[in-house]
Amino acid sequence: MSSSPSLSIGALLRRPETGSFLGLVAVFLFFTAFGGTNFASPTGAASWLNVAAQLGIVAIPIGLLMIAGELDISIGSIIPAGSMTCAIISGYYDLPIWIGVGAALALGAVIGLINGILVIRTAVPSFIVTLGTLFAVAGMTLGFSVLVTGTTSVAIKVPEAKWLLGDFIAGIYQVTIFWWIGAALFWSFVLHASPLGNWIFAMGGDKVSARNAGIPTERMTVMLFVCSGMSAAFVGLSQAILYNSAQVSAGQSYIFNSIISVVVGGVLLTGGYGSVFGIVLGTLTFAVVSQGIYFTGFDANWASLIIGVLLLGAVLMNNTFRKAALSYTPKKGTK
Amino acid sequence: MAAPILKLSNVSKSFGPIDVLHDISLEVRAGEVLCLLGDNGAGKSTLIKLMSGVYQPTAGRIEMDGKEDHFPNPRAAAEKGIATVHQFGGTFPLMSIGRSFFVGVEPTKGWGPFKVYDRKKANAIAVEAVQKLGITRITDGDRLVGGLSGGERQSLAIARAVHFGARVLILDEPTAALGVKQATHVLRIVNEAKRRGLAVIFITHQVMHAMAVGDHFAVLIRGAIASDFRKGEKTREEITDLMAGGASMANLEAEIESAFGEDDEKTPRVA
Ligand SMILES: Nc1ncnc2c1ncn2[C@@H]1O[C@H](COP(=O)(O)OP(=O)(O)O)[C@@H](O)[C@H]1O
Ligand SMILES: [Mg+2]
Repeated sequence: MSSSPSLSIGALLRRPETGSFLGLVAVFLFFTAFGGTNFASPTGAASWLNVAAQLGIVAIPIGLLMIAGELDISIGSIIPAGSMTCAIISGYYDLPIWIGVGAALALGAVIGLINGILVIRTAVPSFIVTLGTLFAVAGMTLGFSVLVTGTTSVAIKVPEAKWLLGDFIAGIYQVTIFWWIGAALFWSFVLHASPLGNWIFAMGGDKVSARNAGIPTERMTVMLFVCSGMSAAFVGLSQAILYNSAQVSAGQSYIFNSIISVVVGGVLLTGGYGSVFGIVLGTLTFAVVSQGIYFTGFDANWASLIIGVLLLGAVLMNNTFRKAALSYTPKKGTK
Repeated sequence: MAAPILKLSNVSKSFGPIDVLHDISLEVRAGEVLCLLGDNGAGKSTLIKLMSGVYQPTAGRIEMDGKEDHFPNPRAAAEKGIATVHQFGGTFPLMSIGRSFFVGVEPTKGWGPFKVYDRKKANAIAVEAVQKLGITRITDGDRLVGGLSGGERQSLAIARAVHFGARVLILDEPTAALGVKQATHVLRIVNEAKRRGLAVIFITHQVMHAMAVGDHFAVLIRGAIASDFRKGEKTREEITDLMAGGASMANLEAEIESAFGEDDEKTPRVA
């Protein structure tokens, strides 16, 4: 009979997030050592938590897409597109904020829908499809902004929506942190508790077999692209509300940063393996490195070196842990 | 004798100008193992793909339970009780035994939008199903499929088909990549599936494996049935000669044809 899962060290070592947890501990200790007490102080923590929250909200759906065997880099221009949409509607035209928010989310959903439909209807890899929409959306955002407002940056003042999307708790923590926690809980449920999660893993494992087993792989693919598009638009609009302005080019860094977070978080690039908790840890690791560097005496340029080394180290470590998980056999005679 | 569950009459399949199967007639009955023998490239895999809905026949007729039928896609064939285990069965190496066993039909608990995957139940059922087929070494449904041996993966896939009520079980070279001991395991499970009343189509090019479980044999040579006989009607040597004879004939023909400089031959060349 199957035994209940034991919380042994061995079982922990076989989880997809083990590597990212060790990585996070390592960079945390490193920056506590070199960054002094400021790094771990409430203000220091706020600096990397705020970065992690915005990145984390997009990184999770990107990670789910990667687990399902797809990639979405168009988020790099959906973020500014969402930002500008919200700012033009509720800033430039001064319409109620909920219209701006709704329009930005709808735009993200539509771009995701286009991505998803193109991916399932053509045999073109999702990297290329979303590379196309990345450029198309960037051009559209720039073109429309200049056409409508005559500039590439639009101010937006919506004090009534600040508490929900652009406030600082205790003066330093962005409310986005709570949205991130909420998103992580939601996606954990989807991936690890609901049957949909099983479908996502199966799709990344072998799409043809998954389809033959009766999983609506096409509908699932489109849904995942819609979710990543909407999440990116959400990050964009919350940035506009937070900073009281939107710029047409403020999202390209999210492409690589989210992929790094996801891979450091233990998601297999070729799909079929990973966890939401791992992605959250990967995102935190990335944020700690990119912000922690400012607390040290080092030049900030060194952060990229650390992130590069970390990424390679994480991939190698995750391969090792995955092999351990594969070769695991329960001890005999424990029936 | 019972009526055949699945019956092919004069089925042919070509891909564009290439004729892969010519005029195949076959039938399988409940509780019977049909062995499809043939050299590489003979058309065995193509034949079973016609039965599992991957391809549609170019000509001929497929009957199920005595009525004409067709399988427009793999899903349709599966719903009619035809389960196919492809050569590298267990295709989700990074999923747990329980999760892969129930892919697409996950057991849940809870209600409404809070239905959660019932891991305990899935693991227990999956482990029980494989154990019932005699694979007692699988005791933990949380193990990843990729960590199982080739024979265990085949057994898991067969257990899945049996559990979900398949009536026809198609196994494409389930013993090809296995050592003697693991192959024996799989053969025992084939026997067990047969004992439970499934019709089994067992593909192999190893005569010994076929003789160990087969009730009925069909030898396929270059897309045609070269011989069709029942258990005990031919010796191992005769079967081996049949298979090898086909191959050497093909070589001979290919030589003659190339000697005459005919490059537009229609039948596929056997390498
Ligand atoms: N989709 C296809 N298009 C063209 N020829 C094919 C296709 N599938 C199989 N064939 C040809 O049909 C022949 C039989 O292949 P197959 O059924 O895989 O043989 P087996 O399983 O007996 O080794 C081969 O010569 C192969 O090249
Ligand atoms: Mg074959």
